[in-house]
Amino acid sequence: MNAHAILAHAGFEAATVLDAADRRIVLATQAGLPRVSRPYHAIAEQLGVSADEVMARLRRMLETGVIRRIGAVPNHYALGYRANGMSVWDVPEERIRDLGCKIGALDFVSHSYHRPRYLPEWPYNLFAMVHGRDRAEVEAKVTQIAVLLGDADRGHAVLYSTRILKKTGLRLGS
Amino acid sequence: MDAVDRAIVNQLQGGFPICERPYAEAATKLGLTEDELLQRLDSLLENGTLTRFGPMYHAERLGGALTLAAMKIPAADFERVSGIVNGFPEVAHNYAREHAFNMWFVLATEAPERIEQVIGEIEKAAGYRVYNMPKLEEFYVGLRFTV
Repeated sequence: MNAHAILAHAGFEAATVLDAADRRIVLATQAGLPRVSRPYHAIAEQLGVSADEVMARLRRMLETGVIRRIGAVPNHYALGYRANGMSVWDVPEERIRDLGCKIGALDFVSHSYHRPRYLPEWPYNLFAMVHGRDRAEVEAKVTQIAVLLGDADRGHAVLYSTRILKKTGLRLGS
Repeated sequence: MDAVDRAIVNQLQGGFPICERPYAEAATKLGLTEDELLQRLDSLLENGTLTRFGPMYHAERLGGALTLAAMKIPAADFERVSGIVNGFPEVAHNYAREHAFNMWFVLATEAPERIEQVIGEIEKAAGYRVYNMPKLEEFYVGLRFTV
């Protein structure tokens, strides 16, 4: 698959159209909610709209998946999850959806994605991020995934991060 | 971190209500008062246990494009290439990983066609191939860290 085809294939993840009022709410909340008794009212006041409108738009963004969830975003290093291994798997393409969902349902997997191969250098098409307190814990969890995949596991690797070279985060520009 | 902090971290990673007094509602479920929950959240954010408290947005659904890309860089040239890659404002995260594919970064652009352009610019400046690995399908994204 060439790069263009990959992008076209990925097009199912088409952007949901947000209007200007939605974007203002995203900008006002992407760094977090105010920690006051009535946070949505505080945002509404800041934006000059009604609290009902802010809450209705947030509910809609939650329903349509623009917002994945609302709550605490933990720093996994601070919680003691210091080892993060990107496990990558070569599995049969025709079974990937079923296998990806099974792996994604494991409570120690934070992300599970289908990504393109680059043969022969990169045979892996299923990615699952595994977090643990140390490498031994990550290894044990990777073994659990291998058992779950059975003969669908035609090869795998675990790529540990050794250094953060850059981390600015994803932000919607104003 | 005591039992109350652990309960907050474990139970509030999602499902925070959208209503007039959401902290009061969430606090009741945790057996706390609204003020106690607000103070606890402030401390957890200040001491870095939480990076944020609020909506977690789905980046692609906000518009724009996102991809994961990898490079294979010889150790002797790693720092130079890292500097080049990090210099692109479109590079949001960049991690060194133990593998022949040793540099992994996320590219985020407003215009989808800009992804291919930036990849071309990085290849030209660095002198190495960039392997574009956009997600073709997402099976699960969530963080359910328990403490």
